[in-house]
Amino acid sequence: MKRFAEKLSSRVFFLLALSSISALALITVFIVAQGAPLIAKVGFFRFVFGMDWAPGHGEYGIFPMIVGSVSVTLGAVLIGVPVGLCCSIFLAEFAPELMRDIFRPAIQLLAGIPSVVYGFWGLLFIVPFIRDRLGGPGLSILAGSVILAIMILPTVISISEVSLLDLPRQYKEGALALGMTHWQSIVSVLLPAAKSGITAAVILGIGRAVGETMAVIMVLGNAVALPESVLDPVRTLTTNIGIEMGYASGDHRQALFATGIVLFAIIMALNAAAQYIGRRR
Amino acid sequence: MVPMSAARRAVVVSSIFLLLTSCGSARARGVVVAGSTSVQPYAELLAEEYEHLYGGVVDVQGGGSSAGITAALSGAADIGMSSRELKEGEGALRQVEIARDGLAVIVHPSNPVSDLTPEQVRALYAADAVNWKEFGGPDAAIHIIAREEGSGTRSAFEELLMAGRRITPKAIVQNSNGQVTHMVAGDERAIGFISLGLVDGTVKALRLGGAEATRDNVANGTYALFRPFLFVLREDCPEETVRFADFALSAAGQRLLAAEGLVTAEWMKQAAGGRP
Repeated sequence: MKRFAEKLSSRVFFLLALSSISALALITVFIVAQGAPLIAKVGFFRFVFGMDWAPGHGEYGIFPMIVGSVSVTLGAVLIGVPVGLCCSIFLAEFAPELMRDIFRPAIQLLAGIPSVVYGFWGLLFIVPFIRDRLGGPGLSILAGSVILAIMILPTVISISEVSLLDLPRQYKEGALALGMTHWQSIVSVLLPAAKSGITAAVILGIGRAVGETMAVIMVLGNAVALPESVLDPVRTLTTNIGIEMGYASGDHRQALFATGIVLFAIIMALNAAAQYIGRRR
Repeated sequence: MVPMSAARRAVVVSSIFLLLTSCGSARARGVVVAGSTSVQPYAELLAEEYEHLYGGVVDVQGGGSSAGITAALSGAADIGMSSRELKEGEGALRQVEIARDGLAVIVHPSNPVSDLTPEQVRALYAADAVNWKEFGGPDAAIHIIAREEGSGTRSAFEELLMAGRRITPKAIVQNSNGQVTHMVAGDERAIGFISLGLVDGTVKALRLGGAEATRDNVANGTYALFRPFLFVLREDCPEETVRFADFALSAAGQRLLAAEGLVTAEWMKQAAGGRP
């Protein structure tokens, strides 16, 4: 009887685990089946490197959106990673116990705010601020980067902090015993030792930024042209799907799935890179 | 793996069964309305009220004007919805204009520009002109706001005004009338276009070639930026279909449409009667 329960539980857990993987498989198959015919029809290079997106006129080029995704994500990393890294060093090395107990849950909370709330807040505060102080329509790469920088903070902070705290005590003790100051030990011993974990944190943050849709739809302006400055509106791969799926049909709908394929490939590559770097110690 | 796929098959089979039976019952004793996604929300309102009042079943679907007309011709739908006039060779269908929808070109209330010709709006949206100075406004870049590809409002704007030119890809894209209004209301340099019925005090609707953007001017045809909302039916369509189309034109139906900001047939009759 006991053996039966053991066997049954292992089967049940296997099936449940399998169902989560089969969901991934189903989604992958569906996206590829829906999108691949259009890529084949338009041609891979004309689809990925095409400059014109006009489904009404049969033109499907997503290069401006790839540029959009890259530029907004880059902006988010430039703003978010320094802040996040400093925050994680503070929490791991400087913060007194009490402050740590306040900071950690607060940062967790930041991860729990729905993205549509970030977007709405950005639309009401950041967009008018940029429009009035810096010029342009306000809906811009800069607005999207600021929002995404805040959104990737929890990922960057918590993973970097864990990788700093995971280092053997001897590293820090040895550094201090050699006469280094606290700050010197952080810069020349701890940070280099935690390099792989921190890199993984940054890559996961990038993955989060590339995949975000709702928040950036509201603040990016969604124009399908190559941007000339950070104050110009752009469209990312995700927002292209989000903004046009409502009325899309036929080839147009397939083109949105094809956009999903490209996005999927980028996210897979990023996650694979994060895993590879995170494992290499 | 085996029990999993069996379970999935069961789900798939039962959902297909449900789908078939639900479609079947709607086809058997109801009116199927399909076509323009611009007309769809209004047809849904009418359908809801009709079902409430008379207890019939009306099934409203999207698909676009062309698909709706084709469906009405082939009998796949009882009523086709179209937000454009029928073209030559689209067959002998009875047209019922249930209402007209005007488009308003809107700017910030503080913008000194208040009258543009259709040609000027076209040049502006094609980005031939990129500064308000060229239209008698301040020396400032124009922030062009458009709707997304596939939206009925965008395609109406393109058909009625752009004359084959394309809206510049640099245009900011917002995916609802409300979002466009919100952005124009907050930006002194912005220009956008929305359904006429949705213009509120936060934005200013431009005169187009001197004609004020009002529902009266749409009704009498002096304001050119409007499109018809049509129901198209076969001559030999069932009685219930005619009843629903008649309901759309009845006082109750027209009141519903007028409340949504459309220019109703009633309005047009008055405008025609008022003209000398």
